[in-house]
Amino acid sequence: MAGYQTIFNRWQVVGPPDMGVPIGRDQRERLGTPLFNYWLGKIGSAQIGPIYLGGYGLAALISFAVGFIIIGMNMAAQVDWNPVLFVREFFWLALEPPLEKHGLAVFPPLNEGGWWLIAGFFITASILLWWVRMYRRAKALGLGLHVSWAFLAAIWLYLVLGFIRPVMMGSWHHAVPFGIFPHLDWTNYFSIEWGNLYWNPFHGLSIAFLYGSALLFAMHGATILATAQFGGEREVEQITSRGTASERAACFWRWTMGFNANMESIHRWAWWFAMLTCITGGIGVLLTGTAVDNWTLWGMKHGIVPYDMSWWPTTPSSLESSW
Amino acid sequence: MSMLSFERKYRVRGGTLIGGDLFDFWVGPFYVGFFGVATIFFAALGTALIVYGAALGPTWNLWLISINPPGVEYKLGAAPLREGGLWQIITFCALGAFISWALREVEICRKLGMGYHIPIAFGVAILAFASLNVFRPILLGAWGHGFPYGIWSHLNWVWATGYQYGNFHYNPMHMLAIAFFFTTNFALALHGGVVLSAANPSRGPVKTSSHEDTYFRDAIGYSIGPLGIHRLGLFLALNAAFWSAVCILISGAHPLGYAGSWPAWWEFIREGITWAGQ
Repeated sequence: MAGYQTIFNRWQVVGPPDMGVPIGRDQRERLGTPLFNYWLGKIGSAQIGPIYLGGYGLAALISFAVGFIIIGMNMAAQVDWNPVLFVREFFWLALEPPLEKHGLAVFPPLNEGGWWLIAGFFITASILLWWVRMYRRAKALGLGLHVSWAFLAAIWLYLVLGFIRPVMMGSWHHAVPFGIFPHLDWTNYFSIEWGNLYWNPFHGLSIAFLYGSALLFAMHGATILATAQFGGEREVEQITSRGTASERAACFWRWTMGFNANMESIHRWAWWFAMLTCITGGIGVLLTGTAVDNWTLWGMKHGIVPYDMSWWPTTPSSLESSW
Repeated sequence: MSMLSFERKYRVRGGTLIGGDLFDFWVGPFYVGFFGVATIFFAALGTALIVYGAALGPTWNLWLISINPPGVEYKLGAAPLREGGLWQIITFCALGAFISWALREVEICRKLGMGYHIPIAFGVAILAFASLNVFRPILLGAWGHGFPYGIWSHLNWVWATGYQYGNFHYNPMHMLAIAFFFTTNFALALHGGVVLSAANPSRGPVKTSSHEDTYFRDAIGYSIGPLGIHRLGLFLALNAAFWSAVCILISGAHPLGYAGSWPAWWEFIREGITWAGQ
């Protein structure tokens, strides 16, 4: 029985590397001699490479490097270029967005947020160029464009946080800083500054889709692994020509919860759940401080938070033991 | 009627863990089994108690109904029904229903000749629930440290508990859990997207897993492959749940926990380590 649990690949075929589905003239952009890694082959494909570079990929990498270096240099300057301090303070270091008073100025003083705008411009350019690349690689292979649309959902959330909402608020100041702890501070502040963000229904939806995505991937991943001895992982073949793996997977969920997806529709559930996490999250962020000043008052007005908080329990302090 | 076109040949006897043939039947699309009966028992009792609790409470507004745990003064003892006893029995029923459901999944796996990945994965989620409302309350010494059962009231608990620790985002295990959640979400988007894109191509006939592999090799130089992505997805999802459970278990005044400000916890980097030249 243990042999059917498909935890690791028990054998690996070693042959000439797969150089990918031919794409005509652009084939020359596929760079690198593929490597094979035995231990990687235990869980998935052992082959690493080749990679398609291309103009958009190169441009994306360069813009990312420029943004990344600007952020790093700003942080280094804050610790007076001391490498030991840079490491010690790294988690606390930040490149903060412009001061409130600079509003939406395109060229605020460099040390008062100008560098943040420049770095943000290059990082954003890099992301958008990478999106074009994902779109074009799908087109070149004749694939549908689903991955690039999903990427767009993530870009929507990113742009709401760093561009659209700050514009609506009238100052870049409201955007997220670059930095490990500083972006957590921003998140903390954001979730209490406008009432209690938990009463923002789009925040709730986004979390539900985030948890739902983990649930779906656990269910789907487990189902495919559990039917791997019947070829469950050959999903596209199972979509076009249903086999016993799909039938057993469908029976499993039907018998368990009275409902089943099929081999294609489970991927639609997955794709929508993953995208809706970012789509609803972006809506929730965009409404906060723009359309809604205080989510607690909003929640009371709309009947999701009681006026009389004694209806709900007082959360005890867990900083002291009750033993 | 309730059967899929191919379903009849899969509906065979056997594979039960307990009860032999006694409960080995289906009701509509649902398989029953001993654990199906057990699930119904716990779920029906728990739901009835929730409705009873709502009837005792101040509102029938579905959003606001809350079944509250006992006050901490009851410590780990039984509380009167109206003062958290309902919560205690409902928690017990929830665990009974979850565990029965997982064992029923095991029986269905055995019937279908499938691996046990799904009930094992569900077991991780059950452990996460038990961490919040059983293990951590026991570590802290009172059932009152569990969260209330309500659509919005449980968020109030998350909020009020998180801010006792300054900024909960600084909890290193919370960071890890969030990183796993986001990565799971990302991987799910990529996996769902690429399978749909192969089955629904922009031109030409339906594509193959070679096209999927080529797409990700072109994009990032590596494709984990059609079997590997499901291992990765399951691994990421289970880690998200597991480290979520760890991050709340370690928050609290007990021997395994930390009871202070999570932002302050990180000061050990500055103060607990000797840095050259500083």
